[in-house]
Amino acid sequence: MCLGIPGKIIEIEQSIGVKMAKIDFGGVIREACIEAIPEAKIGDYTIIHAGFALNVLSEQEALETLSLLQEISDINNELNFNEQEL
Amino acid sequence: MNKNFNFSTSFRNSQLVKGVVEEIKRITTKPWTIMEICGGQTHAIMQYGIDQILPKELELVHGPGCPVCVTPLDQIDRAHAIAAQTNVIFCTFGDMLRVPGSSTDLFSLKAHGAQIKVVYSPIDAVKIAQENPDKQIVFFAIGFETTIPANASSIIQAKAFGLRNFSILVSQVCVPPAMEAILSSPSNRVQAFLAAGHVCAVMGYWQYHPISQKYQVPIVVTGFEPLDLLQGILKAIRQLESGTHIVENAYQRAVSEKGNQAAQEIINRVFEPCDRNWRGIGTIPFSGMGLRSEFDEFNAEHRFNVEHIKTQESEICIAGQILQGLKKPYQCPAFGNVCVPTNPLGAPMVSSEGACSAYYRFSLNREEI
Amino acid sequence: MENTSQISFDGASCPIPLPHNKTIVMGHGSGGKMTEDLIKQVFQKHFSNPFLNAGNDFALLPMQGNDLQLSVSTDAHIIFPLTFPGGDIGRLAICGTVNDMSMSGATPLYITASFILEEGLEINLLEKIVISMKEAALEAGVTIVAGDTKVVEKGKGDGIFISTTGIARLTRQVQINGSNAHPGDVVIISGTIGDHGIAVLDARGDLGIKTNIESDVAPLNHLISEILEVAPETHVLRDPTRGGLATTLNEIAKQSKVGIIIHEEKIPVLQAVKSACELLGFDPLYIANEGKLIVIAPENKRNAIISKMQNSKYGKNAIVIGEIIEKNPGRVILKTEIGTSRIVDVMAGEMLPRIC
Repeated sequence: MCLGIPGKIIEIEQSIGVKMAKIDFGGVIREACIEAIPEAKIGDYTIIHAGFALNVLSEQEALETLSLLQEISDINNELNFNEQEL
Repeated sequence: MNKNFNFSTSFRNSQLVKGVVEEIKRITTKPWTIMEICGGQTHAIMQYGIDQILPKELELVHGPGCPVCVTPLDQIDRAHAIAAQTNVIFCTFGDMLRVPGSSTDLFSLKAHGAQIKVVYSPIDAVKIAQENPDKQIVFFAIGFETTIPANASSIIQAKAFGLRNFSILVSQVCVPPAMEAILSSPSNRVQAFLAAGHVCAVMGYWQYHPISQKYQVPIVVTGFEPLDLLQGILKAIRQLESGTHIVENAYQRAVSEKGNQAAQEIINRVFEPCDRNWRGIGTIPFSGMGLRSEFDEFNAEHRFNVEHIKTQESEICIAGQILQGLKKPYQCPAFGNVCVPTNPLGAPMVSSEGACSAYYRFSLNREEI
Repeated sequence: MENTSQISFDGASCPIPLPHNKTIVMGHGSGGKMTEDLIKQVFQKHFSNPFLNAGNDFALLPMQGNDLQLSVSTDAHIIFPLTFPGGDIGRLAICGTVNDMSMSGATPLYITASFILEEGLEINLLEKIVISMKEAALEAGVTIVAGDTKVVEKGKGDGIFISTTGIARLTRQVQINGSNAHPGDVVIISGTIGDHGIAVLDARGDLGIKTNIESDVAPLNHLISEILEVAPETHVLRDPTRGGLATTLNEIAKQSKVGIIIHEEKIPVLQAVKSACELLGFDPLYIANEGKLIVIAPENKRNAIISKMQNSKYGKNAIVIGEIIEKNPGRVILKTEIGTSRIVDVMAGEMLPRIC
């Protein structure tokens, strides 16, 4: 049910019907429907699934998550190091 | 970190993966059974071999999270009946091509002249309808809540363009009723759930609180990259080890408690809850989403008069016991000869797909790479 | 409302895909397991002989009492659209057969080409394709020596089908074929994988993706010549066409009865190809290439070979991606970028974009 891939909005189109945009997925451009992310602007990242934008991605949240995981990783590296010393 | 940051690859960092796996190993003291209920997550686990690096006490069970595989037989047969008609261009996601009905599949129908087009998005099917005004374009609208907004937008688009030659065959299912059904089954072994990240990006996770409370299971909203999966598993284990059972979010960059309300509004504008039959399982009440009556003109079931279809279930290759983690792949009679499901682009059910891919994991472990 | 106690998962079934052994379906042409089965069950059953059964892309035919060996290969080319970024069906036809012949280490000499033309095909387009074939033949150093033309009614052919047969002469003292991989050998790829398949997908337009990717279609015989100059003890050469790198390595693993390990982070894939694959649910390992070469050779020749390849037109991104092992004969195993392993099987049928 989930082949949602992050992509960057590079162009927003005016059209009859639902709102569409051009999305850049790291060198591949595809159209997608951005009706569900009315607040999105060019340069925002979004998750696209089956040609539909599900949400705007938060870089801040992403960095916080990575930071948290780095802490966990560091603690365990220290623990392993201490174990080895013993 | 900002310069090298990428929404996908940053979550595949092997050094961080090792760190989180170490933490999981450190805190796991008992055997636990965790279910993920998303085909995409099963695929990611198999692709990255996540199940190989987790402590042996942890069992990952793969739930019925693939809408393709749980689409009921009668709906597949309806799809085939419609696709076989000469003035129809039948549009579908690629996943559906190989799914067998009572007597045939879309591949065979194509071989006999049916016009069948694989599309990436339901909105592409609307474009095909605009370009082929003398044909009837039918889109096979399957999916969980991740795909339902896309399906809904195709109807909104078709209506805006005043198209009379576009309709959809609906077979949409929802996750929470399926979770409840699994948890309430007498032989249930699942102790925690990894909730599907993109379903929750749309729906939020407010629906899971009552389930978590009622059945006393931790539910962790989880993403799809290796670090996302591991973080979800870590949070689930922490809860299990400490005896808590709440809903947590391990996919914060894409998911909020309320979800995407604009997407939910789009869904509710076009669809409404209905009972849904799940292949091989039976009807789970209010587990599906069907077209609202005001969009009935777009309902392919009525437009093509295929409401009464006689179905005949073909040979079953795998029992639901695999789904609940009660049996292993090598106990399946078809496994290894008829069914070789290493390629997730085939039709097998996600649970068996993940579990049968585990065949290769078993042989890997036995042969000690 | 919650009558969930009636729900049982015991009947949950796995809808096994139909075997498709009564009618040809598109999957039979994909180069994967279905193609393999069709060949075994229909063609090899009736055409069986040592040359065919060897399972290579070429047949080595001894002539004049073993003093001379000819390498012969045949291929049919069907593609839509007829022209795509980086090439067309004409270039594909010549390069495809030149490459097949060259995989034995033989020097390609002659090609025959027969054309099935669909009523309504623009002659301008046909001429463009023919010029493309001339240029490819010139580049490869082969001569087109015989041909045929037929026309079918509109609707009975995809514009143009081209069938080619090639003849090459093996003069080198080499033993190069799919059953010759040895444990300890290195596995080298000449460049990025998946380019051709994605370029064609883009050109087709069905899935709405737009990229700058171009097909890699190219004649590889000169590259092979240069490799064999420094490494005549090369064991296997093969181009990963239909079915991709994964399918081709599986074939070699089975033929040679060895295991193959490949390392994910070493396999070169262009970013746009990666992105297109992620978007559609494809795996670059299974996507067709038309100008890439797999070289399997003794470990002590790796530096010489890589150096030669990287200085050659079609081998600039050559890299060692794996090794041959004794264990797990017939299996290809991928070491992922996060350090785990998974089995890489042959492609089942056709590759389809998925949502699940």
